[in-house]
Amino acid sequence: MCQIAPLFEAWVYGRLNGRNADADIATKHVALSMTQGEIVAGCLAPHPPHLVYAENPPQNEPVAEGGWEQLRWGYERLRESLKDVEYDAIVLLSPHWQTYVGTHFLGLPNFKSLSVDPVFPNLFRYHYDLNIDVDLTSKIHDKAAEAGLAVKMMENPDFRVDYGTITTGHMFNPAWDKPLVVISSNRSRDYYSVEVMQEMMIELGKVTREAILESGKKVVVIASNSLSHRHFTTESAIPEDMSKEHITSHAMHLWDMRMIDYFRTGQAQRILNEMPEFTEQAIAESDGGGLSWLLSTLDVPTYPATLHGYGTIIGTGNAIVEWPERDHKEASQ
Amino acid sequence: MTEGEIVGSYIVPVHPHTVLVPEQNEGWQRLRLAFDEAAQRIKDADADLLIIYSTTWPSIIGHQIQANPNPEWVMVDDDFHDLGSIPYSFNIDADFAHAWNEANEKRGLKSRTVNYTGFPIDVGSVVALKLLNPDNAIPAVIVSSNVYANRSETTVLAKACLDVIKATGRKAVAVTAMSLSNRMFTAPIEPKDDKIHSLKDDEWNRKILEFLGEGRLEDVGQLSRTIHKQIRVQKVVAFKPMWWLSGMNDNRNNLTGEVLAYEAIHGAGGAVVHLDPAASGAGDKEYDEDDVEYFAGERNVLDAEEETEIIVEATPKTSGPALWEPTTGADSVNSDAAPKPVGMYPHARRVGDLLYLSGVGPRQPGTNAIPGGPISDGQGNPLEYDIKAQTQAVVDNITRILEEAGGSIEDVLDVTSFLVDMDRDFSGYNEVWANTLGRVGPTRTTLAIRALPTPIAVEMKVIAKAPKLN
Ligand SMILES: [Fe+2]
Repeated sequence: MCQIAPLFEAWVYGRLNGRNADADIATKHVALSMTQGEIVAGCLAPHPPHLVYAENPPQNEPVAEGGWEQLRWGYERLRESLKDVEYDAIVLLSPHWQTYVGTHFLGLPNFKSLSVDPVFPNLFRYHYDLNIDVDLTSKIHDKAAEAGLAVKMMENPDFRVDYGTITTGHMFNPAWDKPLVVISSNRSRDYYSVEVMQEMMIELGKVTREAILESGKKVVVIASNSLSHRHFTTESAIPEDMSKEHITSHAMHLWDMRMIDYFRTGQAQRILNEMPEFTEQAIAESDGGGLSWLLSTLDVPTYPATLHGYGTIIGTGNAIVEWPERDHKEASQ
Repeated sequence: MTEGEIVGSYIVPVHPHTVLVPEQNEGWQRLRLAFDEAAQRIKDADADLLIIYSTTWPSIIGHQIQANPNPEWVMVDDDFHDLGSIPYSFNIDADFAHAWNEANEKRGLKSRTVNYTGFPIDVGSVVALKLLNPDNAIPAVIVSSNVYANRSETTVLAKACLDVIKATGRKAVAVTAMSLSNRMFTAPIEPKDDKIHSLKDDEWNRKILEFLGEGRLEDVGQLSRTIHKQIRVQKVVAFKPMWWLSGMNDNRNNLTGEVLAYEAIHGAGGAVVHLDPAASGAGDKEYDEDDVEYFAGERNVLDAEEETEIIVEATPKTSGPALWEPTTGADSVNSDAAPKPVGMYPHARRVGDLLYLSGVGPRQPGTNAIPGGPISDGQGNPLEYDIKAQTQAVVDNITRILEEAGGSIEDVLDVTSFLVDMDRDFSGYNEVWANTLGRVGPTRTTLAIRALPTPIAVEMKVIAKAPKLN
C-alpha cells in the first residue's frame, strides 16, 4: 500500500499537467467542457519609476511635486476603462528582471520587500506586497517547457521583485488586489538578434494564450516597456521639472508615432514585421521581448487598440495602450 | 603625508557560483581558491581601500558611487537564484565616495553618490567584496558602469579616483568585477558540464590573459572595442572595465601580471588576475588613443550636427597678441625650437656665466598650440584646461632653449613662476615641478597674476648657468 500511494500521486500529477499522450487528450476535453478562460485585455503599460515617484503613494519613500501628468492621466484612463471588467489575474512581462538562462517565472505565492531602483534610487524606494497566481504560472511554465523553451520557476523567498514589475503593477492596479503572473525578460536579443528574440517571444505568447484559455480564468496581459528608449544622461536638479522633459530626438518621435499609428489601426502584424528596425533604430525597450510576446498572446490582433496616453520620461517615449480583447471575442476563439 | 597610490589591481569574475557552490565544479573551486589567494595578497599589501568597478551595476545618470557606510541586505541573483542567497553587510568608505564624486565633477564628469537603505548592491560587487574582503577589514567603494559612457568618461573616472587616492595618501586596490567572454549557456546545465561557451570565446580569453600575464594592461584597454565585438553579448554596456583599470594604473603596459585562475562559469569566461604596479620587462605601447584628462561633455551621438567633443590636446585658433621674430644681438640666444616671442625681445641673453631667459610659456613652437588647452576661447569665454600639461610644456620649452644654447635643464639656477589661477592650479603645477625642475633643484618663487598675454595659465622666468663657450 505504501508504494501505491506515491505512484498514484505521480499519475494524477502527470495527467493534470498533460505529461503523456492520454492525458493530453483528456485535458483537451476537460478544457472544452469547462468554462473557457479569457483574455479580457492586453496592455502596453510602461514602468518608468518616475510615474510612481510623481504620484506620491504611501508605499514609496521619496516625495515629489508632481510631474509626468500626461502619462499618469493615461494610466487613470486605462484603469477607468477596466473598472467594471471582471478578471482574476494579471500576467506581466517586465524587461527589468533580466535572465540569460531561459525565461523565469516568480513561483511563490507572495513576495514582500523593499524595491530600490538601482538606476533611480533617488526616485523609487517602494515597499511592495504582492501575490502570485502560482497555479496559472505553473500552467504557462509547463506549456512553455513542452514547447521547447528553457524555463525556470523562481522559488527563492529572498528574491527581490524588479522595479519594472512593481511600477507597472502599481500604476495599473494600485490596490494590488489581483494576483500576478510575473515573467522574466529573456535577453535573447542581446545574445542573438531581434529576430531570434521575437521567434522565442511569439512562441512564449502562444503558450501563454493557450494556458490562459485552458485555465478557465479571466486575465489581463501586460507588457511593461517604453517605446523609444534613449535617455538623457543628466537629471535636472528637480527631477520632476517638466520644462526639461522632451523626446531625445526627432527620429525617436517619428518611430513612436509610427508604432502608435499601427496600434490604433489594428496592424499588429506590421509591428512584428518592423520590430527589428524599430528596436535597433529607436533603441526601443521592446528589446526585452515584452511587446512581441504581448502581441502574440493577443493572437496578433487586427482590431484597433485604444491609446490612453503618451509622454516622454527623461527623453524616452512611453505609450499606454489597451487592446480590449473582451470586445472582440470572435478574435479570441 | 606620503602620496597615495595603487598597490595592486585585480580582475575577478561576477557570477555567484564561487561564493555559493564552489564545491560543485572543480573549475569553480579553482576560481574560489584564486579569490582566497587574492584576498591574502591584498592583506599582505597593507591596502587600506578597495575600489570596485562593477559591470553588473549599470547606471544612466552619470556614474553612481555607493556611499552608504554599512549597506546590508540579502542578494539573490536574477538567473542563479536556485543556488541560494547571499546576505551581505559591507564596510563602505563614504568619505572617499563623496571625495571621488567631487573629483569627478572637477574633471567635468557627471556622477552622484547613493546612500539608501535597501539599495540592491549588484552581484559582481557582492561576490568581489565577500571573497576579497571576507572580514570587511578594508573599507571599500563601489562605482557603477554607465551604459552610455565611452572611453573618455571611463578614463576620466579613473583619473578623478586617482586624484583622491593621491591627495588622501591611500594605499588602494583597484578591482574590476567582470567576465571576459560573457556569453553564457542559455539553458540550464549540469555543473560538471560547464565549459567556455565556444572555442572562439576561449581563444580570445586566452589572448587577453596572455597580455594581462605580461602586464600589458593598456594594450587590453586599447583592444577593448574589438574584444567587445568578438566575445561579448551585444548590448549597451561595452567592455569598459579595462579602460578604467588601465586609467587607474596610469595607462601603463609594464605592470607585473599574474593569472591566478581562468575557468568557465555557466559558459562565461571567469578569471582572477593580479596586476602588480611593479614595472616588468614589457612596456612598449602603441598609444593610439588620446590621453584624456577632462570630460568635455556628451558627444550628442544622436545629433551629428552638434558634435561637441572637446579634445583638450588640440588647440583651437585663438586670437592673441601678434608674434614677433626674436630680436638678435651679440649675446642673444634664440631657438627655432622655442615658441615665437609676443614682443620685441630675444629668447635668452647671456651675461658672463649666467643665462637670462625671457618668460617661457607652454605654447608649442611652429603650431603655437597650447598643450592642455587654452584657458579661454577667442571671445574670452573660459575653457577647461590641464595645468599639468601646460606646466610640462613650459619645462619642455625651457629645455629646448637651454639645449639650443649648448646647455641643459640641469643648468637652471632660479625660477620665478607666474600662475593665473593659484587656487585651481598650484597643486598640478607643483606636481609637474616635483618631477622635473624640482629634481634639478633651482630656487623658486611662485606668483599669482591676473593674466598672461596669451590664453595660457603658467609662465616661468628662468636664470641658468651659461654653458661654457667653446
Ligand atoms: Fe525600463
